[in-house]
Amino acid sequence: MAGEEENNNCGENSFSVLVVDNDTVIRMVHRMLMTSLGLKVQEAKNGKEVVDLYINGASFDLILMDMEMPIMNGPAATRELRAMGVKSIIIGVTSHTSESIHKDFIEAGLNHCVAKPITIAKIDSFLPKSNNN
Amino acid sequence: MDSVVQLQRQLVDYTGQLFNEGFLDDQFNQLQQLQDESNPDFVVELVTLFFEDSEKLLNELAKDLEQPSIDYRKIDAHVHQLKGSSSSIGVQRVQKVCIAFRNYCEERNIEGCQKCLQQVKNEYSLVKTKLETLFKLEQQVLAAGGSIPWPM
Repeated sequence: MAGEEENNNCGENSFSVLVVDNDTVIRMVHRMLMTSLGLKVQEAKNGKEVVDLYINGASFDLILMDMEMPIMNGPAATRELRAMGVKSIIIGVTSHTSESIHKDFIEAGLNHCVAKPITIAKIDSFLPKSNNN
Repeated sequence: MDSVVQLQRQLVDYTGQLFNEGFLDDQFNQLQQLQDESNPDFVVELVTLFFEDSEKLLNELAKDLEQPSIDYRKIDAHVHQLKGSSSSIGVQRVQKVCIAFRNYCEERNIEGCQKCLQQVKNEYSLVKTKLETLFKLEQQVLAAGGSIPWPM
């Protein structure tokens, strides 16, 4: 599953990230964080947009998925993507700090779940740079 | 040149004060570090957007709390959003009131919610004024030909 992103020597530029959040401020912060690492970034405002992107043939190495969003929330979108066979790394991002809420979200099919605010350190092991060693 | 140095010192002192008084936390620092020549206005743009969104949310919350039958789930969703954006900006005093606010919401405590709305409005206006002052100081440093001494 992680085979593809291991050959990162051909450049981090090809590593693509989808930032998903209904809040414009948070999308802007997450976009900036990812851009600062030289990664390619696209945005979506809710889970439905993500599912639609994949239905239309788009693909990303990493999805930063917010939990609470209108129309389709993070867990629902994650479940749907996994049911479609999507193998991208999905990291849940939530303002909740409760372990049980994180657990529920993880069970929807996440690779990892972090509390807002997201930092590079929190998701480092899923980013191409850190695979070097 | 003297005045540039003075302005820079003023800026550094003022920023330090905002961190010491708990208006800003490390997340704000992180954002400033992301700012470079290719995006010199990133933080100002981000914070401006945060102001616009927060004002909308605070107006919504005031309306929500005036309803004859209070929809606590709606209030909670609004506070949750404000908590998320304030923590992403590093405006921690707003974020902290949001945590208390959500607890009152869960208890369906109308007085607690009203009290928190007032508090969050106060914290919001305070930090807005402080950040506007900070940005003005930055502009003065730049106008005087100096550079912004970030990251500190």
